[in-house]
Amino acid sequence: MKDEAARLGRQAQRRTLRKRIYKYRILYILALPAFVYLIINNYMPMVGLSLAFKNYSFAKGIFASPWNGISNFTYLFGSKWAKIMFRNTIGYNLLFIALGTVFAIFVAIVLGEVLNPRAKKIYQTLILIPHLVSTVLIGYLVYAFLSYTNGFVNMSIITPMGGEAINWYTEPKYWPFILTIVQLWRSFGFQSIVYYATIIGFDKSYYEAAVVDGANTWQQITQITLPLLRPTIIILTIMALGRMFASDFGLFYQVPMNTGTLHTVTTTIDTFVYRALMENHDVGRSLAAGFLQSILGFIVVMITNTIVRKIEPESALF
Amino acid sequence: MAGKGRGFRIFSNIVMILLSFAAVMPFILLVVSSITREEVIARYGYSFVPRAIDFAAYRYLFMSSNRILKAYGMTFLVAFIGTSCNMLMTMFAGYLLSKRDLPGRNFISFFIFFTMLFSGGMIPSYIIWSRLMKVGDTIFGLICPNLMLSAFNIILMRTYFTSNIPYELCEAAEMDSCSEAGILFHICLPLSKPMIATLTLFSGLAYWNDWINGLYYLVRRKDLFTIQNVLNTMQSNVQFLKDYATASLGEFAQSIPSLGVRMAIAVISIIPIMVIYPFFQQYFVRGIVVGGVKG
Repeated sequence: MKDEAARLGRQAQRRTLRKRIYKYRILYILALPAFVYLIINNYMPMVGLSLAFKNYSFAKGIFASPWNGISNFTYLFGSKWAKIMFRNTIGYNLLFIALGTVFAIFVAIVLGEVLNPRAKKIYQTLILIPHLVSTVLIGYLVYAFLSYTNGFVNMSIITPMGGEAINWYTEPKYWPFILTIVQLWRSFGFQSIVYYATIIGFDKSYYEAAVVDGANTWQQITQITLPLLRPTIIILTIMALGRMFASDFGLFYQVPMNTGTLHTVTTTIDTFVYRALMENHDVGRSLAAGFLQSILGFIVVMITNTIVRKIEPESALF
Repeated sequence: MAGKGRGFRIFSNIVMILLSFAAVMPFILLVVSSITREEVIARYGYSFVPRAIDFAAYRYLFMSSNRILKAYGMTFLVAFIGTSCNMLMTMFAGYLLSKRDLPGRNFISFFIFFTMLFSGGMIPSYIIWSRLMKVGDTIFGLICPNLMLSAFNIILMRTYFTSNIPYELCEAAEMDSCSEAGILFHICLPLSKPMIATLTLFSGLAYWNDWINGLYYLVRRKDLFTIQNVLNTMQSNVQFLKDYATASLGEFAQSIPSLGVRMAIAVISIIPIMVIYPFFQQYFVRGIVVGGVKG
């Protein structure tokens, strides 16, 4: 009797499952292209990571290329570039995160103090413009300033003041500064908007109470705004750390115009991978470097997500 | 915020004016350079002050340039097709996931979500697209790889459907024997315009500004170049500008105002963005806020 009931129950469940699948059949079909795309664009390359342990030849393809153990990796680490690219990728990221965050918070607070809504909107619109254009275009902007023979800096600032024109594109020592300035210039508007959106969400009564107690603006910023911003700062910083092994290919490849003499300070994992593959036809090293970037990136994302979930569960990715 | 510090308010305005100026200043240099006479640039360098205004660079571009126009048209075409495909897939996948009693919902969510955590990276992706899908040296090489769908957008879309569209509304439509697809087209999409506008804007921008697909996948077919690819190639290879010109200009090519032309092409490439930006500004800000806090 009991068995019979259970059997009937299971049957009904199957029926409703089948019914629900039938009900949504059109939706599955509509969404199918998206799944096919993700398989091709995202999942198949994951399988392709196995190539890092193969002696890949374009003629033989992914599966027929012979395995060669870890020799791609030993070969990669036999080159001086392995150390350089990891140092640069992590170093620039840490630098950008630290300076970018401080600057963005400063801008967000200052923007919050602008009361005229019209002015506020104009500032917002203008500081976001750098975020709208491609890195190639940013390369042109930088070139207009730094070109040796025609650049604004050499021709309108240094030479008229009696200085010697600097050949910016051949002097590695300037580039950590140039890249940092370019990155800050490009991202401050966009990063500050995120903090600004958080700030305008704060409960106004804190500030009203503070004014009643005679707090000045500076005290309001340090005693109210910054402490309230703390969770957002922590979350955004941790998330940025999760992208520690990624770098903007355009910034490091295009802006310095892929100049050979600058490579010691501009090579990141992404530019190394590109150059090894497309310019030096050195697929092994390229694959090994790409593999490390993917795996390390995944590990860091998992770690940061675990931390975020502990601090503020609703900001965690999962 | 509600402080009485008048001094601080003035300070804030000054800082913001300076920052706004810093943000647009390089663009001013670019535009001024593009309309300055060639000899003047050669003598005084790129400058904010147009010592001698001359539209030769633009005249030259429009005279020589079927090719520039073609690259421009290509950019529009790629952005249009790519963004349309992107939005359709995003809306359909997002809608599917918004159904709470969907069989296989957890698996599908994970399937989409996992692509945000782990990526095969550039080379395997390049090998799959060029060797297996054979998109190299075709327009599909510009459209398909990487830009056509983002898991993050699907999740934003799903969340918008589940949290901004009253469940009762869909239920009522169902009672009136509206099909599931009908609910999507007649109720959910019209109610999701802000989110759709935001995602469309970001996808369109990504396509407009992309040059990496062209760099990887257009090896021989320079005629398929988008405006960004033209800019990119011209940057690393001044000769390219001359080659680009000689085809249609013959000996006149010797006198190309190459210093100004580079800048003129750069200016032309950003005009469409600057034209639509004021209209989409609110969606742009919204997208940054939604995207910035998560991921």
